[in-house]
Amino acid sequence: MCSTGNGFILNIMKKLIYLPILLFLGSLLVIACHDDSDDIEDTGLAAGKGRMILAFDNVVGKEDLVLDNKTYLNSFGESLTISRFNYFISNINLLREDGKTYTIPQDSSYFRILESDPKSQIISLNKLPEGNYSGIEYIIGVDSLRSVSGIEKRGGALDPSGDMAGDGMYWAWNSGYIFLKLEGSSPQSDASNGKFYYHIGLFGGFNSPTVNNIKTVKIDFGTNKAVVRGDSVPELKLIADVEKVYNGAMPISFAKNPSIMTDPVLSAGVANNYKSMFSLGEIKQNSQVRK
Amino acid sequence: MKKMDHDVLKKAGIIWCTVLLCIQLLLSCSGSGGNTNEPDPDPEPTGPTALRWVKPAHFPDPVYDLGKNPLTIEGVLLGKFLFYDGILSRTNVIGCGTCHQQQSAFTHHGHELSHGVDDLLGIRNAPAVQNMAWNPSFFWDGNTHALDSVPLNAIQNKVELDETMDNILLKLRATPVKNSKVPVDYPKMFKAAYGTTEITSEKVRLALSQFMMTMVSANSKYDYFVSGDAAALNTDEKNGMALFKQKCASCHSGELFTDFSYRNNGLAPNKINDQGRFSITKNDNDRYKFKVPSLRNIGLTAPYMHDGRFVSLEQVLDHYSDNMQPSATLDEVFKLSNGKVGVSLTAAEKQSIILFLRALGDDQFIRNAELSDPGVGNAL
Repeated sequence: MCSTGNGFILNIMKKLIYLPILLFLGSLLVIACHDDSDDIEDTGLAAGKGRMILAFDNVVGKEDLVLDNKTYLNSFGESLTISRFNYFISNINLLREDGKTYTIPQDSSYFRILESDPKSQIISLNKLPEGNYSGIEYIIGVDSLRSVSGIEKRGGALDPSGDMAGDGMYWAWNSGYIFLKLEGSSPQSDASNGKFYYHIGLFGGFNSPTVNNIKTVKIDFGTNKAVVRGDSVPELKLIADVEKVYNGAMPISFAKNPSIMTDPVLSAGVANNYKSMFSLGEIKQNSQVRK
Repeated sequence: MKKMDHDVLKKAGIIWCTVLLCIQLLLSCSGSGGNTNEPDPDPEPTGPTALRWVKPAHFPDPVYDLGKNPLTIEGVLLGKFLFYDGILSRTNVIGCGTCHQQQSAFTHHGHELSHGVDDLLGIRNAPAVQNMAWNPSFFWDGNTHALDSVPLNAIQNKVELDETMDNILLKLRATPVKNSKVPVDYPKMFKAAYGTTEITSEKVRLALSQFMMTMVSANSKYDYFVSGDAAALNTDEKNGMALFKQKCASCHSGELFTDFSYRNNGLAPNKINDQGRFSITKNDNDRYKFKVPSLRNIGLTAPYMHDGRFVSLEQVLDHYSDNMQPSATLDEVFKLSNGKVGVSLTAAEKQSIILFLRALGDDQFIRNAELSDPGVGNAL
């Protein structure tokens, strides 16, 4: 993939008309090669044949999240119903108990979790090296490199053409992806329709700087281990507590801030709130979950 | 081996960057930017180039008086930059194009309500900026009658752009700003459009109107059908059109699909009890009346109604068939002979009408690069 010789470059020089295009391709190769070398870390592991399931479960405090038909309270005593809760999970690293790390190949490491779509909440990680895994690390959101890469690197979960009225999670080139989207209604909301909209994103900006709200989560399984070996397929239940989004270190009032999107202070505050929303529920070993 | 390749490729990358830089420099010189300390290599301009505005053959005559603001290539270009540039807002982030995005026919891409400066929410759904040339009044309550004044409304609104024209003029005169995202040289652009670097409120607004005059949507499948291509609509869409004319066209009339009137269509008052036209006229007969919107590109402009309460066309038609609320100012057209209110529509008729409504979508309009953000905007 990286074996481009001098002759190739010289040839390009002769054909000046193709220069920008070919050099563009060339630079893509540089980026691609750079990526490859990044993936192979000192403690990194090569792919294997094992499998692991991640099952995301969204809750509100101790209760399961119910869309639209259940009323919750925030720390200001304002009541709310939740109509939409979506987030991106990406760049997953699995940490083995021997200190080695397996990085899920980046192209297969972007997931859009939607409360309204149970299928989206089950992720199958394939081709894993065998071993006892003791932790997991991932990004809530989308990394900045992918946020600015060409459209060919942004299919599937990253398709920017989603409908914002539905589950669309993309703004635009400079502002990038919405990492987490929480919408609902509150009688206390100051909005003319009584709703609230929290769209948290911003990766640092492509051509004008923004706040960087990319958050990395690291969950240690403690004494528990996820055993990936032969037919042994562990299922990790990862719990996301919506309450953390609005009841975290920076409590959110629906009356005061029914809309938080690009304000650097407020959006950073919400991102700091939700970075601790994940916890390990349980590890089921040998679960025969649907693929 | 691998190292050598990397070196070669790094060189390639450097050359590529240099080439890009050169292209950018060239672009900025010919377009907007340019280094004012260098002698200008361009020949002295001989004045702006007239741009012929063509009325779609089946459309009525425009309301806007082009004789008073003749379009020029340079004027439209300036208007386009002003339309997208966040410089029109207090925060320098929100532009017209933030809430009026091309891919959704210049509405706010799925937003029930729009968020302006500091994420503040507006109270109404952002209307489509299209075919402005034919509008006798603007906004849901018709509070503005002249296109040239429309931008002031959004500029001064505390939750939209929250800026003053005086301050905008100061900011425009101080361009190009080094290190800005795209260092637009507005004095130079005004010179190109008006023959003088003088920047005034009137010139800003006329340029914005010039650009908006070019935002004409008249190339939907329906338009091809009307222009003589009988095959442009399929049988289902033609059936839908016949039903539409029977059930909807008393208000959504003509080639703009609106009679530009204000009517109460039986929506339950929202949380803030928005009374629409009444807030302007203070006439009791205008309570809960809102502008009849054009239905062009309606398939692209969800959500619907003045507060974006319906997310789909299905919900809209269900409202008309089943969920309308009677009130003192409910439009006569909805009062049925059986004493009920609404529009009598079967499920099949609604589906048929929706097929026709989707045929009012204009792909060329939402893809036209002439109308796209020249790189100064923030879509959020």
